[in-house]
Formats: sequence, C-alpha cells, structure tokens
Amino acid sequence: MAKLPVSLTINGDEHDLLIEPRKTLLAVLRDTVGLTGTKEGCSTGDCGACTVIVDGKAVTSCMVLAVTASGKEITTIEGLASDGELHPVQQAFINTGGYQCGFCTPGFIMASKALIDENPDRTEEEFRHALGGNICRCTGYTKILEAVLKAAEEIRTTA
Amino acid sequence: MKSFEFYEPTTLAEASRLFAEEHAQLLAGGTDIIIGMKAYTETPETVISLQKIPGLAGITTDGDSISIGAMTKVREVELSGDIQQHHTALAEGASEIGSIQIRNLATIGGNIAHASPAADTVAGLLVADAQVDIASADGERSVPIDELFTGPGQTVLTPGEIITRFRLPKPASGSHYIKHKIREVMDLAFIGVAAAVNLDNGTITDARIGLAAVAPTPIRATAAEDLLKGNAPTPALLEQAGETAAAGCSPISDLRCSAEHRREMVDVLTRRTLQYALERARA
Repeated sequence: MAKLPVSLTINGDEHDLLIEPRKTLLAVLRDTVGLTGTKEGCSTGDCGACTVIVDGKAVTSCMVLAVTASGKEITTIEGLASDGELHPVQQAFINTGGYQCGFCTPGFIMASKALIDENPDRTEEEFRHALGGNICRCTGYTKILEAVLKAAEEIRTTA
Repeated sequence: MKSFEFYEPTTLAEASRLFAEEHAQLLAGGTDIIIGMKAYTETPETVISLQKIPGLAGITTDGDSISIGAMTKVREVELSGDIQQHHTALAEGASEIGSIQIRNLATIGGNIAHASPAADTVAGLLVADAQVDIASADGERSVPIDELFTGPGQTVLTPGEIITRFRLPKPASGSHYIKHKIREVMDLAFIGVAAAVNLDNGTITDARIGLAAVAPTPIRATAAEDLLKGNAPTPALLEQAGETAAAGCSPISDLRCSAEHRREMVDVLTRRTLQYALERARA
C-alpha cells in the first residue's frame, strides 16, 4: 500500500514522515528516524528490548504500527538525558553496573522509568515482577534490580 | 509482514462496513494480530483500526452494573478499583496477560474477540455473567459471554460485527482467578479457573465457575455450580464440585501439558479458587 503521512513527536521533536502501514514503530524509530538506541530483540513482544514510552506508558514498540502512533508523544532512550545530564535511572545503571553487553539496557531503563514515574514506592519484589517483560541474557538481574531500586530511591527523595 | 490497506474509521458504522469485506482484519491493541502478521499466519488485505472511534474505551459504573468498553486497555481493567473490588477474578485475569508493556497495548475486546480458549480475561467475564454488546451496520445485539465462542478462534460474530462493550451485572460477593502456569509472567495458561460466589447466612446462594483452556471454547462448569447452590460450603462439597468440574471438561494434550494433567488440575484448582472466592465473600 502507498505510504501514509504520519506525524510522530519523538523526544519532543516533531517528525513528519511518509510511512508504509505495515512498518512498526520500532522499525521507523531505528530505520527511518535513525534512533538506534531502541533495540530489536524477539520482535514478538516477549523480550522488552524495544520498550519505549508512548503517552506516558511503557510499550513494546515492535507491537505498534507506526501509523497508529501519529500525534502521540514518544520517548526513547535518546530522549531521557536533558541539558547534558543523564536521567537518574540511566545514572543508576552506570553506577551500579546494571548491564553487561548492554543490548537489553535501553528497554530496561525505559520500562523502569515508566514504573518509577507511576509508583516509586514499589518493593524489590514488586519491581522484579513488574519488570517481568524485560529479558537480560547476561546479568542474572541482580545488578539491574539494584540500579532500579537506587534510582527509585533517588527519585523519591528528590521529588 | 505482508502489505495491506490501512483504515482508521471514526465511526462504528464505517468500521463495520469495511470489516464486512473479505480478507479484512480489525486492529484493536495489536498484540495478537501483529504477531500473526509478522509470522505470515495472518495476511489481511485490509486492516481497520478501531483506535480512532470515540466511546469504545473506558470503564463506567452505573449502580451495581459496570460497563467496560471493548477498547479498554487490559492494564486499565487490572488497575480499576471498581473491577478489583466487584469483579476480582476479572482484575486478576487481566493482570496475568503478558507484561505491563503488553497490557498497556492489549485491549479486553481483543483478548475476547481473538477467541483463544486460554484467554486470561475470559474466565473472569464468564463468572461475572458478562453480556457482550455487538454492533454492525445493521444495528446492535447482545449475547451472553458463554454463548459467544463456537471453537478455538471462532465466535458467533458475523462479518462486519464488532464487539463494543462488556456489561457486567450485579457482582457476586466474592470471586477469584487462578492461572495455572510455569512462569511468573509472560506465559500462557495451562488452564485458567475462576469462581464467583454469593453467600447468605453460610449458604451458597449462587455460584459460577469459569474454565479456560480445558475445552474447545471457554466454558462454565454448570453441573458443579448446581451442586453448590443452596448448600453450605463444606470441604466435602467443594471436593465434589472440583470432581464434577473436571468430569465436565474436555481438555487436549499439547506441547505445554497433557489432557490428564489439565483435567486433574481443574479438580484441584476449582476447589482452591472456590475457597478463595468464599473467603472474599465472607470478608
């Protein structure tokens, strides 16, 4: 089918694009807009590597047709830092070493940010359960959870 | 993914007209259909999004009854205070679907219209006695949820018909859902069992049991329900209800577990979910 005009607001910038309806938001972010921080893992919604935030909600961008995201606010890993300062969740992942190969990290950070925005008071067990849609094949999750708890604590105390 | 024509109608009438054509596919949240299209098991020529039609999403309460729009996100069903309080089994079922990222996309209408016998919201809707409102270019009709399904992936919906909402009448005093699974999250149900009960002075005045993934369609365990009604919930009675529910199902063996295991677990989990529902009814 012919490409459709789509207006995506990505990290605050408006992008007016022509997109084939079958293209996922993930494909458009990476291949059309050139924001390759968002990763493609399973491409079936199971691994969470492609997690971005759309209108405040964490979603797997491989399960969204880009044409349906027109007019929505999309935040990717590239949009988290502001004024040269990393977001507290990003900084916590670095300080804790909450990564090894780094492939799952953008998805974990975006999912964690959305969870902390929603409720920073979750227990470790609750964060563990709520991050069940993100898979890491290197770390065993211990450092990732440590990072998320540290970020949540920092955001709680500075809020 | 195969190319398709894409439509975003803003009225149900237009959506219904487009959906009545051959090789047309509705798009609700997309979490089932996009997987199918990527795998080329679904190759629609037209895809019709329901996302731009006003009034299809949201939960409204009117006295004792609750209405859930078909395009309501599963995550919203899970977190709704009214659903948690009055239809606990449904909130619990919604919370069992995929991950939070998936539940922020998936809709309750999609979960039901997909007609998987293992859908996580279906047992909760069965024990809520939900009415399914359906619209088409010819008008509207309503069917009870236990008459919606005709087989795996099959419903009574005719071409052009679109589920618009689920209406839940007066709630039971306690309900509960158990998903039998291996993984904590991101798993499909081996079986799903929901129970809802009303208690009056220690007597069960009404009982509903919904079973998922134990027959070609989701089913009510009506023989077990009849045993319970009018009686006190003794351990012996609950045991009998579990055995009766197990006898009434027709599970298959597949790559996830055997028919024998499923039948045995219907017995165990019917008893267990009834106990939890009764505890909630007493609370």
